[in-house]
Amino acid sequence: MTDVLAIADHRRGELRPVSYELATAGRELADETGGDLHLAVISGAVDEFGEKLAREGVDVVHTVADGEEFNHDVYVQAIEQLVDTIDPQYVLVPNSVNGLDYAPAVAGRLDLSIVTDVVDLAVDGDSLIATREMYGGKVETTTELDAGTALATIREGEWPEAEGTADASIEAFDAEIDEDAVGSTVTGFEEVAGGDVDISEADLLVSIGRGIEEEENLDLIRDLVDALDATLSSSRPIVDNGWLPANRQVGQSGKVVTPDVYIAIGISGAVQHVAGMKGSDTIVAINTDPNAPIMDIADYAIHDDLFDVVPALIEEFQ
Amino acid sequence: MKILVTVAEVATVDDEFEIDGTEIADQYLNADLNEWDDYAIEEAVQLQEGGVADEVVTVTIGPEESEQTIRQALAKGADRAIRVWDESLEGVDLLDVRAKTEILKAVVAEEEPDLILSGVQTGDDSWMATGVSLAESLDFQWSAVVNDLDHDLEDGTASVRRELEGGVEELSEVDLPAVLTIQTGINEPRYASLRGIRQAQRKPLDAKTLDDIGVDAGVVDGSLELTDMYEPESESDATVWEGSAEETAGELAEMLREKGVTA
Repeated sequence: MTDVLAIADHRRGELRPVSYELATAGRELADETGGDLHLAVISGAVDEFGEKLAREGVDVVHTVADGEEFNHDVYVQAIEQLVDTIDPQYVLVPNSVNGLDYAPAVAGRLDLSIVTDVVDLAVDGDSLIATREMYGGKVETTTELDAGTALATIREGEWPEAEGTADASIEAFDAEIDEDAVGSTVTGFEEVAGGDVDISEADLLVSIGRGIEEEENLDLIRDLVDALDATLSSSRPIVDNGWLPANRQVGQSGKVVTPDVYIAIGISGAVQHVAGMKGSDTIVAINTDPNAPIMDIADYAIHDDLFDVVPALIEEFQ
Repeated sequence: MKILVTVAEVATVDDEFEIDGTEIADQYLNADLNEWDDYAIEEAVQLQEGGVADEVVTVTIGPEESEQTIRQALAKGADRAIRVWDESLEGVDLLDVRAKTEILKAVVAEEEPDLILSGVQTGDDSWMATGVSLAESLDFQWSAVVNDLDHDLEDGTASVRRELEGGVEELSEVDLPAVLTIQTGINEPRYASLRGIRQAQRKPLDAKTLDDIGVDAGVVDGSLELTDMYEPESESDATVWEGSAEETAGELAEMLREKGVTA
């Protein structure tokens, strides 16, 4: 048991990029354990997915044809049988919304240790060393897992995507799925980010976060948006509070934006937010906390109170 | 219908802090109700106000000091609370998912809820795994990252929306009993009223040890060990504008004008 088993992620007929990131992370880990990298894809167009997943570093692709869209009960059963057959040392799952919907259940069912949202992995003797963040990214930690089979969910965007093609063998895996054990049904999908404005089309975004403190203070930001002829967007808490509609949200669960200039006001820059705006051409951060994670990706920074800077900026354009 | 809500007290960290070994020194930590659990409590209380739930019970793994946070949940409308703590839990840096699952499972066995609501994650150690792990251990159904729940639960099925990445939601049906992990934004958590705060003082809050709920203290010795904690190296190479607000705003305005912003 030195092999690594990684589980691909797909949705509505498309493999998600994290599937190829898993191939990279899995290869690195398999090189340390001295084993093979198995990549499994479950449900949907698995033959097409299987071909695409045979990238550099992958030894075997297992295709499990049961089911169309993601269903955690199908995944749990299939992975249980894959683990039984392959007997891997480590199982890697994306730390995606769907990954989090089955990984803890797989770990429970198979009595594996689980470590989630890891940003780096290493092997030290018999132990797995996982690097992860705590306190919303304020610190990084290393966690050591004892010998034994372990499951790790990996954060999206932390490993490069595997490229090229490998002469991996693609094998159909015959899983036995007990339909009676399937207690949930997916009935459909909806896009939530429609509506009056498409923030991903904007050249200049003024984006507001928790630092705005009160809903009434949004008027100040609207004045700035008008003065600059910009488009207004926000981080998640503003939408959670119901202060702006969902179509204004930048981030992993909202929109990915790539404007010429992105002005982040009172946004700390949690990883979920950064995932949605790091491709912006020029990033300006206005925040009282000089250590806020947003500063890591900012091109220009003002470490000051937005309630002082924003009125002064409005003044400049009037 | 009876609803059990898992409620965690989390630590938030000051902007400036120091790390001592594998911990942040106490004076930089502040105790707070876990943000995701606040939404889970609100959802449960709304189900009760809507006549769907008869009783809302909270369960917390935490020391006596966490009772202030638990009272917040009671003040917002939960009927009673259970707090599990044990001397074997003292000084444990990082309680693993398996240990949390075993402890919560024992409480569920006593309470027999129809529905368990749990925050998607905690704000401090961010495991994101306990709710689904608990469901699996109980042979309950589950759904992770729920941002909408149809309150018509009477036919034994929950209709939920799961928040996927990229502004896509999945609609699904889950048989009860079930664990739903609740995402922020599913509702607008209330502030406790003064009346609620007064009433909370009189609501039952039962403290139990692992022995009381029949869990072996050995469960605490997980397979994980926190071995290091450090501040991530700043990768910032930003140009920092300094001076008064007028001066920094002036620099920003100049940069914007160079980029063609003339409005």
